[in-house]
Amino acid sequence: MTQINSKIPQGPLAQKWSNYKASQKLVNPANKRRLDIIVVGTGLAGASAAASLGELGFNVLNFCIQDSPRRAHSIAAQGGINAAKNYPNDGDSVYRLFYDTIKGGDYRAREANVYRLAEVSNSIIDQCVAQGVPFAREYGGYLDNRSFGGAQVSRTFYAKGQTGQQLLLGAYSALSRQVSKGSVKLYTRYEMMDVVIINGKARGIIARNLRTGKLERFFGHAVVIATGGYGNTFFLSTNAMGSNGSAAMQCYRKGAYFANPCYAQIHPTCIPVHGEFQSKLTLMSESLRNDGRIWVPKKKEDVDAIRAGKLKPTQIPEDNRDYYLERRYPAFGNLVPRDVASRAAKERCDAGFGVGATGLAVYLDFSEAINRLGRDVVEARYGNLFQMYYKIVDEDPYETPMMIYPAIHYTMGGIWVDYECMTSIEGLFSIGEANFSDHGANRLGASALMQGLADGYFVLPYTIQNYLADEIRTPRMSTELPEFAEAEGSVQAKIQKIMAIKGNRSVDSIHKQLGLIMWDFVGMSRTKESLQEALDDIQKVKHEFWTNVYIPGESEDLNVELEKALRVADFIEIGELMARDALHREESCGGHFRAEYQTAEGEALRDDEHFSYVGCWKYEGEDKAPSLLKEPLVYETVHMQQRNYK
Amino acid sequence: MEKTINITLKVWRQKGPQSKGGFETYQLNNISIDSSFLEMLDVLNEKLISEKKEPVVFDHDCREGICGMCSLYINGHPHGPDEDVTTCQLHMRKFKDGETIIIEPWRSKGFPVIKDLMVDRSAFDKIIQAGGFVSVSTGGVPDGNAIPISKDKADEAMDAASCIGCGACVAACKNGSAMLFVSAKVSQLALLPQGKVEAARRAKAMVAKMDELGFGNCTNTGACESECPKSVSIAHIARLNREFLKAKLKD
Repeated sequence: MTQINSKIPQGPLAQKWSNYKASQKLVNPANKRRLDIIVVGTGLAGASAAASLGELGFNVLNFCIQDSPRRAHSIAAQGGINAAKNYPNDGDSVYRLFYDTIKGGDYRAREANVYRLAEVSNSIIDQCVAQGVPFAREYGGYLDNRSFGGAQVSRTFYAKGQTGQQLLLGAYSALSRQVSKGSVKLYTRYEMMDVVIINGKARGIIARNLRTGKLERFFGHAVVIATGGYGNTFFLSTNAMGSNGSAAMQCYRKGAYFANPCYAQIHPTCIPVHGEFQSKLTLMSESLRNDGRIWVPKKKEDVDAIRAGKLKPTQIPEDNRDYYLERRYPAFGNLVPRDVASRAAKERCDAGFGVGATGLAVYLDFSEAINRLGRDVVEARYGNLFQMYYKIVDEDPYETPMMIYPAIHYTMGGIWVDYECMTSIEGLFSIGEANFSDHGANRLGASALMQGLADGYFVLPYTIQNYLADEIRTPRMSTELPEFAEAEGSVQAKIQKIMAIKGNRSVDSIHKQLGLIMWDFVGMSRTKESLQEALDDIQKVKHEFWTNVYIPGESEDLNVELEKALRVADFIEIGELMARDALHREESCGGHFRAEYQTAEGEALRDDEHFSYVGCWKYEGEDKAPSLLKEPLVYETVHMQQRNYK
Repeated sequence: MEKTINITLKVWRQKGPQSKGGFETYQLNNISIDSSFLEMLDVLNEKLISEKKEPVVFDHDCREGICGMCSLYINGHPHGPDEDVTTCQLHMRKFKDGETIIIEPWRSKGFPVIKDLMVDRSAFDKIIQAGGFVSVSTGGVPDGNAIPISKDKADEAMDAASCIGCGACVAACKNGSAMLFVSAKVSQLALLPQGKVEAARRAKAMVAKMDELGFGNCTNTGACESECPKSVSIAHIARLNREFLKAKLKD
């Protein structure tokens, strides 16, 4: 029986991280130069980690699939980043940020990790300001804050509606500084294809040079996976088109546990789906809920008139509007957490009150804010988001309410890691969205940027040394070793197998088929029956892919279809794992809503007695069911209770 | 009812950096006007794949106008005819039924073609690596509120920082100059106290790197500003020139 050791340090919650740092092993500067670290990914987590490790003196190899590290999808995050600075003097503290995050995650995150996250949050703001990130400021020159879902304080720092962009460019500039110094070597347009394990430890990767199609081998004393989430399993999501879960899947196949795959976040404020050709969903920042009020008509006849185009939303009088979030959750109102807001929107639409051509939309209305604050203030706060909406929908949100609907956004599941961000494979680390550790079953707004940068700047640079301190006598290894050859050979074989199918279906058409199954059966609401149906249907998609996909062109060339095919092959496996995990978790928590388990008011109903654990899936071989291991979640400080935002 | 249009595409196809390229013509019918330009290209590629032909290669990623990865020279304009948008945010409602649309890659010495419509923009990374950063290491920095920055300055820095590095400014410029890109970063960091210490060195180093990589000079035509999807102002070029001159005078 494999034991799961989360390596949570001893001592009271507030001292765990200090105690850890005080007693961990360090690597002296002369030895750091002799150690190579591979970092896969250049988003907030990957770029900040690569930059920090380079600053420390390690020799870093940093990989990304895009043409530049600056394109990582963290760039698209809009709203903001949390920190417990308490600048607005509204009662914030490290403990309160910790508590809100644990509660927001529906008590399915690891207490010690979340506390550490809250603890280092303040340093992140200081670091980014020092890098020249142009955060929004008050006239007096001090940093401005706003509030986000799941919190009753203003702790979110922001840079217009482009916070992710500015934070990523900050990390990218720190990374660029290391590249110029020679401590980091960048490999752009490279995709990790496999992780190489030698004597039980991660010692390198096989990567495909996307420009030439050739496979190349890279050695590292340690490997860090920072490749983001797997939300694109659904095809339509708010993720960038290239975001994928393949690196995580390769690690899983090599023995790293995949934890809580069923926890996918549904974001409530997305521009609704509008057609079959659609490739991607666009998010409207959650920050809009600070001033936007969400409603649908109270009367069915108004709904019908709107759908028929006979009535405009602005013509519906105040009394006939149902501000359902303010009605159901008076304490948090429009700022309830994402899972709660998403389910409430679905509930209204399912009940027949949805607007828009498809009936799958609700209004996000700024008229009250524009009357109260003036158009200029609203424009200063959200101008770029309004423009984005206008370009996509061709309707002016200053004049008429925006239409929004929930969409797949962020995945809280991922590669299992211990307190040191190390996976169940020695020397293989995972940070940011790619790991599972800090969010539980749901993620609050403005907390993903926080985790990515916390891991990269302030956690991994310490914890990785505890491992590397024992590796200083390990010389650099030759990539001619049989383990490298074997890994490359298996990647080669897989590529050849896909190229040889020469069927009749495009990669995208199969991916879309998978996505529909995922949304219908493993989406916002799941049941035992829907999940079993999904598992059957995914098998059919898998068969279709491996017998009927068609890849034009050559494998040893720039071949976008082949890149997509390799990722979709993995999305199929991830989809299966998500359905399997959702099926076994007979409770509702956060973004995982099993319709069988809900309160009389329709809220998610947890089962702490039976499911207060991290579900870790262990690969048992191709065409074999994975086995489930459990890491019990021990709450020493917080008392688990029903989440209540009323 | 969904509105659709029929269009003719003339697309630049080029097998590799060394190959000779040329235009191919494709006919597409019933394209929804609500689809984005890249979704229209997805439709074209699906059609090509179904005919067992190689799809058109183009760069794209976030498809929400922020990553800067998408490019395309459309009917003579970087990112197409619509103002203040990237190609992924350009919608087919901006085109007429029966229209012929010409699609080319960014054309500039600084951005060699990789394949079809995909170009190599790594020169931008090299310019940033020459000094587009604040030399601060992780940890041990002052409190974020320790150095107040006036809102006006912070906002101005933010406007400069909104550059997404897409390269439209270079593509739009008759000299293939990267001045708008360089000035945006120089300006952002020169406006903030955190970046000021190195401002002179930064301006010189980034301009030198830009010249070395084959980008041309600025002659104040303003094409970059009018084609910039983020409306980055050429006022930043003026600031870059001042910073550069100040630095040179100190030499």
